[in-house]
Amino acid sequence: MEIKIIKDVLEANNNIAEENKNIKDERKIMMVNIIGSPGTGKTSFILKLIENMDIPCGVIEGDVASDIDARKMAERNIPVVQINTGGACHLNANSINKALSTLDFEGGILFIENIGNLICPSDFELGEDFKLAMANVAEGDDKPYKYPLLFSKAKAVVINKIDLLPYFDFNKQYFYDGVKTLNDEAEIFEVSARTGEGFEVLAKWLKKKYSEYVQGK
Amino acid sequence: MHELSITESIVNMVSDEAKKRNVNKVTKINIVLGELTGFEEESIRFYFEVLSEGTPLYGAKLDFKKVKAEFKCRSCGMIYNRGNFTFKCPYCGSSGVLIEKGKELYIDSIDVE
Repeated sequence: MEIKIIKDVLEANNNIAEENKNIKDERKIMMVNIIGSPGTGKTSFILKLIENMDIPCGVIEGDVASDIDARKMAERNIPVVQINTGGACHLNANSINKALSTLDFEGGILFIENIGNLICPSDFELGEDFKLAMANVAEGDDKPYKYPLLFSKAKAVVINKIDLLPYFDFNKQYFYDGVKTLNDEAEIFEVSARTGEGFEVLAKWLKKKYSEYVQGK
Repeated sequence: MHELSITESIVNMVSDEAKKRNVNKVTKINIVLGELTGFEEESIRFYFEVLSEGTPLYGAKLDFKKVKAEFKCRSCGMIYNRGNFTFKCPYCGSSGVLIEKGKELYIDSIDVE
């Protein structure tokens, strides 16, 4: 006998993600989930971005092990919580729920640095306002074609290490075409966390998103 | 790796369903899986065998119905599946746009004794 169920396998995670949404909205926090591969420059990117922001910013650092990145944030007096997954390849809604309960932060933008991985983090909603997908010039122009789910879900796409363009065969058109096919509305930004190029434009866009967020509440 | 938590969810959800309906043996679980999700069928099968032990689900067959991602050509309007390393329309070579298909992950039904 067959019994119809039709149940979302990610239901348990998604319910907690909804709870996280309520918690962060009560605290007037816009939450941005940053997803990129290991070594793409997520931490340097966040540090450089916060330098360019004139509204309060906090960070949730996700790593398999160590607090290396969280210490870099704390040295600059950025409110930060470290999550160590102990092996898991992505953050889930429950880990963010716990981090929110220990983070003393409200009224600003909270960046979540997800585990370095382009596959698993894309499947798990955390209660964020939007996802920011990161790629970089050195890792190649084919990332949207290889990891379509991430780029189809991201509201913002960042190409980092743009200062390396003269040294790599990175076909920008091919990359842009891939993103636009998966996600017509994604904004694409080109930056270099090393030189600071491109951050002014991105910071301006984020500030606009934050003021829209606050007005919508 | 992330299939472990997903398989746990599948086992828990189906176990709850079986309990609710006084089912002693689940013989098959029909799962709909979109091409774009990052979940791998073989890993789910592997974890399922371990996690379902001692439950009415043990030994149940996992049946995956795969859903391909679909694109609509911006130029000729044809609906198509992607090729390797390209999203271009195979009919006219133009760019397309992803339509909402291929992100599914849900339990459609279960077969019980």
